[in-house]
Amino acid sequence: MKLESKVPPGSLATKWTEYKSKMNLVAPNNKRRLEVIVVGTGLAGASAAATLGELGYHVKCFTFHDSPRRAHSIAAQGGINAAKNYQNDGDSVYRLFYDTIKGGDYRSREANVHRLAEVSRDIIDQCVAQGVPFAREYGGLLANRSFGGVLVSRTFYARGQTGQQLLIGAYQALSRQISLGTVQMYNRHEMLDLVKVDGKARGIIVRNLLDGKIERFAAHCVVLATGGYGNVFYLSTNAMGCNATAAWRSVRRGALMANPCFTQIHPTCIPVSGEYQSKLTLMSESLRNDGRVWVPKSVSDAKAIQKGEKNALDIAEGDRDYYLERRYPAFGNLVPRDVASRAAKVACDEGKGVAPTGLAVYLDFAEAIDRYGRARAHSRGIGNPTEAQVIELGEEIIRQKYGNLFQMYEKITGEDPYKMPMKIYPAVHYTMGGLWVDYNLETNVPGLFALGECNFSDHGANRLGASALMQGLADGYFVIPYTIGAFLSQEIRTPKFSTDLPEFAEAEKSVKDRIDRLMSTNGNQSVESFHRRLGKIMWEYCGMSRTAEGLKKGIDEIRALRKEYYEQVYVPGTKAEFNPELEKALRVADFLELGEVMMNDALNRNESCGGHFRYEYRTPEGEAKRDDDNYTYVAAWSWSEDGKILMYKEDLVFENVELKTRSYK
Amino acid sequence: MKINLKVWRQKDSKDKGHFETYPVEANEHMSFLEMMDVLNEDLLAQKKEPVAFEHDCREGICGACSLVIDGRPHGPQTGTTTCQLHMRHFKSGDTIIVEPWRANAFPVIKDLVVDRSSFDRVIQAGGYISVNTGQAQDGNAIPIEKGLASRSMDAAECIGCGACVAACPNGSAMLFTSAKVSHLGLLPQGKVEHVNRVRGMVAQMDKEGFGNCSNIEACEAECPKEISVVNIARMNRAYIGASIVEE
Ligand SMILES: Cc1cc2nc3c(=O)[nH]c(=O)nc-3n(C[C@H](O)[C@H](O)[C@H](O)COP(=O)(O)OP(=O)(O)OC[C@H]3O[C@@H](n4cnc5c(N)ncnc54)[C@H](O)[C@@H]3O)c2cc1C
Ligand code: FES
Repeated sequence: MKLESKVPPGSLATKWTEYKSKMNLVAPNNKRRLEVIVVGTGLAGASAAATLGELGYHVKCFTFHDSPRRAHSIAAQGGINAAKNYQNDGDSVYRLFYDTIKGGDYRSREANVHRLAEVSRDIIDQCVAQGVPFAREYGGLLANRSFGGVLVSRTFYARGQTGQQLLIGAYQALSRQISLGTVQMYNRHEMLDLVKVDGKARGIIVRNLLDGKIERFAAHCVVLATGGYGNVFYLSTNAMGCNATAAWRSVRRGALMANPCFTQIHPTCIPVSGEYQSKLTLMSESLRNDGRVWVPKSVSDAKAIQKGEKNALDIAEGDRDYYLERRYPAFGNLVPRDVASRAAKVACDEGKGVAPTGLAVYLDFAEAIDRYGRARAHSRGIGNPTEAQVIELGEEIIRQKYGNLFQMYEKITGEDPYKMPMKIYPAVHYTMGGLWVDYNLETNVPGLFALGECNFSDHGANRLGASALMQGLADGYFVIPYTIGAFLSQEIRTPKFSTDLPEFAEAEKSVKDRIDRLMSTNGNQSVESFHRRLGKIMWEYCGMSRTAEGLKKGIDEIRALRKEYYEQVYVPGTKAEFNPELEKALRVADFLELGEVMMNDALNRNESCGGHFRYEYRTPEGEAKRDDDNYTYVAAWSWSEDGKILMYKEDLVFENVELKTRSYK
Repeated sequence: MKINLKVWRQKDSKDKGHFETYPVEANEHMSFLEMMDVLNEDLLAQKKEPVAFEHDCREGICGACSLVIDGRPHGPQTGTTTCQLHMRHFKSGDTIIVEPWRANAFPVIKDLVVDRSSFDRVIQAGGYISVNTGQAQDGNAIPIEKGLASRSMDAAECIGCGACVAACPNGSAMLFTSAKVSHLGLLPQGKVEHVNRVRGMVAQMDKEGFGNCSNIEACEAECPKEISVVNIARMNRAYIGASIVEE
C-alpha cells in the first residue's frame, strides 16, 4: 500500500488558499441529503459537528459522555496559540509554522503544519465572537503569554481554564445546531466498531451505555474526533474515560496507526504518591513562565529532603542547581516539554530528586514573587517596601495569574505553593501519534476522517504547549468543513445507506461477540488491575527512555498480559444495563493491543527524536540524536485479525525548512 | 484510616433504592473518589457489583462527579468538587453518607449516577451566540474592558455539575441558567440576543421540571466554582425586562 499525502501543489504559503478555491463544492440541496457521522464532542468533534451542521449537512454526533461538554478538552489549562502578532514581537504565520516543525523534531508534514499556522488566527476571531472570555489587557485588547519552545508571546488564555472556555464555545455552537435540527446528538453512546461498505466508511456500531443496546448508524462518511490514547499508560494526565477504542477499532478495519510511539511526557505534573493513585494532575506549562526548576546540587541534601530532615527552604541559594537555566541558557525554564522532562529524569536518576520517592523536582516561585512584588510596590509609589510588603504584593500578582492552579496544587498535596516550592515530575500527557491521515484529514480508508488528538498530523515527535487546542479547533472549524467536500462531492448520487446491509450485521455480531467473551470469562481479577499492570509495562519500557532490549521484553510481557486478560478478567453485572465495568473492559482490551504496536514502533525507530528517546541514540551531552537519513518518515501500522503487525512508510519531504539539530541552548 | 461508608444503592431508575454500609480502609492522601475506587475493588474481589458513580477529569473541571456527601453536594469543603476532596478532611472511624444528586429534573440512572441532560436542553434553548464559523471579525475589533471580561469569566467558570440544583430545596436551576446568561449577556457580542436568550432558557428550565427560586442561596454556598447569586439577580432583571419588551 502506498500512502498518498495528497498535499496539493504550489508554494507552501499559498497552497491551502489555492486548494480551497479550486475545490469541488457540494450544492446546498445536496448537502441536506448527505449524512455525516461525527464521533466525539471535544474541541475537534464539537467544532466539526457544529460547522458541518451550519453548512447544511445532516449530522449525527456521538459521545460516550453524558453531555458533549464533558469531553476531555475541558481540562486543558494553559492556552491556545495563534500567530496574531498582537504583541508586535516578531510573530508570523511562518514563525508559528517553523516553531511547530522544529518543536516536533522534523517529523511532521510541512503543508499540514503551515495550514494550521494560517488558520490559527481565524480561530481566535471565531472564539471571541462566540463569547469566549479570553484574558484582556487594561486597554481591553486580548492578552498573551508564552509557552515552552518559543521566543514570542502568542498564547491566548482564559485564566487557567482555556480548554473549558473553548469547549464551552464549541458546545454552545453545537447546541445551537442541535436546537436547529441539523445535528442529532447521541450522548452516552460509545462507538465500538466501524462499518465499511465496498471499502468506504459508511457507518458505526455503538453501544447505548444506558441500557446496553447495540445500535447501528449509517451515513455517507464518518469523522472521528475521539481524542488521544495516553491512558494506555494507566497513569496520565488524561481524564479517566479517555480511550483508544474508536481509533483502534478503525485500525482493525484497515486504517493505519501512525507514529504510535510518539507520546508526550509533560514535565510539570504532581508526582505519584501512592499505589492507589488513579490519575496524575498537570500543573500547566504556563507556570514555567515564572517558576524556576531546580534540585539540590548535592545528593546528600537531596537524601535529607527525601527523608524529611530538610526542606526546600533549608537549601541555600548557592547549593541549588537550576539545571534548565544552566543547561539551556537561551530558553531556560521554557525549553520544550520533551527536553524538560528528560532533564528532570536525569536529575532524579542522579539521586537528586526531592520527594520521599526520589521522583520529583522543585518548581519555585519565590524569585517571581519577589520581582513582581518590587515592581508593584514601585508602581504604587512605595519607596522602600518591607520584605513582607513585597511578598504580599508579589503573591497577589501570582494569584491573579495562576490562582486556580495554586489552589489545585494545595488541594491535592496539602502544601502551600506560595510558601514552599511545588514538587513536580513528568507524566504522560498527550499522544502525537494517531490515525494516519492525508492532507484532507482522511485516513487510508476512504470516507473515514480523523481530527484532533486522534490523528497524527501536526505535531511530529513532540507537541508544543498550547498547540493541541489550536489543532483541534483548526481541524474542526476550518479544515474539515472544506476537505470533507473533496469526498462528499463524489457522493451526491449515493442514496442513504440502510443499516440492514450485511456489513452492518457482521460488524454488530463482532461487537456482540467481543462483549460476550468479556462477560463470560468470569475470572477473578478486575479490569482496573489489568489496566494498572499494562500501564506499568508501558511506562517501564516505552516511557521516557527506551531501549531495544527493554522494548522486546515489553512486547513479550504485553502479550502474556493480554492472554491472561481473556482468562482472568472479571466483569460484573450484565451486558444489557448501565455497566461501567464492561465499558472499561472493552477499552482495556483495545489498549492491550495498541500497547504492543506502540512498542513495535519504538523498536523500529532506531533514533531519538522529540518524545521518543532511545537510550542507544544520544549525543555525548545526553541529548536526543536523530537519524534523518534513515528515519525521516511516518511509520504507519496495521493490525490484522490474527494479530499480525505491518508497517507502511510515508516519506517526509522538507522543501521549505532545513533539517537541523534542535538546539535550545 | 477506617471509614464506614453508607452508600445509596439503586439498581435502575425504577428501583426504590436503599442504603448499604461498607467498611473501607483508606489513607489520608487519597481523594474521595480514590477511596470509592478502593471500595469498588473490594466489592469486585468479592464478586459483588461495584458502586456506580460518575467521574472523568478528576481535576474539578469536567463537572461529571456528583456525590452528596454527608448531606452536602460535593461534601464538606467549600469551593471543591467531589473529585478534589481529599480524605485528610475526614477522621478514621467516621461514618460517611453518600447519596446521588436528588432533584426532579435529575432522575437516578443507577446508584449515584443521575441524568443531567436537562442542562443540555436548557443551553440548547438559547445559551449561545448565533455566529456561524467564518463570520467573525478580528478578535481585537471590539475592546472589552478587563473587569467586564473578568466578570463574564466568573460566570463562565460554571462546570455544569448540577450541585446548585441538588443543594436547592426547590430543585431550582437558577444559578446554572443565570451563570450562562451572565457569561454571554455581559459581553458586547452576547448583548444582541440577550433578551431572547433569557426568555428561551427560562421557559426550558420550567419545562424540565426545575423548581422556582425562593432566594435561599444554598446554591451559591455549595457551588464548587463559587458562582455568585448576583447572577440570579442579573437574570431576573433581564427577565422582567424581557416581559416588558413582550408587552
Ligand atoms: C490536563 C491537560 C491539560 C491540557 N492543556 C492544554 C493546553 O493548555 N493547551 C493545549 O493546546 N492543549 C492542552 N492539552 C491537550 C488538549 O487538551 C487535548 O489534546 C485536546 O483537547 C484533545 O481534543 P480532542 O477534541 O481531539 O479530543 P477530546 O477532547 O479528548 O474529546 C474526545 C471526544 O470523543 C468522545 N469519544 C471518544 N471515544 C469515543 C467512542 N468510542 N464513542 C463515542 N465517543 C467517543 C469523547 O466522549 C469526547 O467527546 C491538555 C491536556 C490535558 C490532559
Ligand atoms: S471528575 Fe471532573 S469535576 Fe470531578
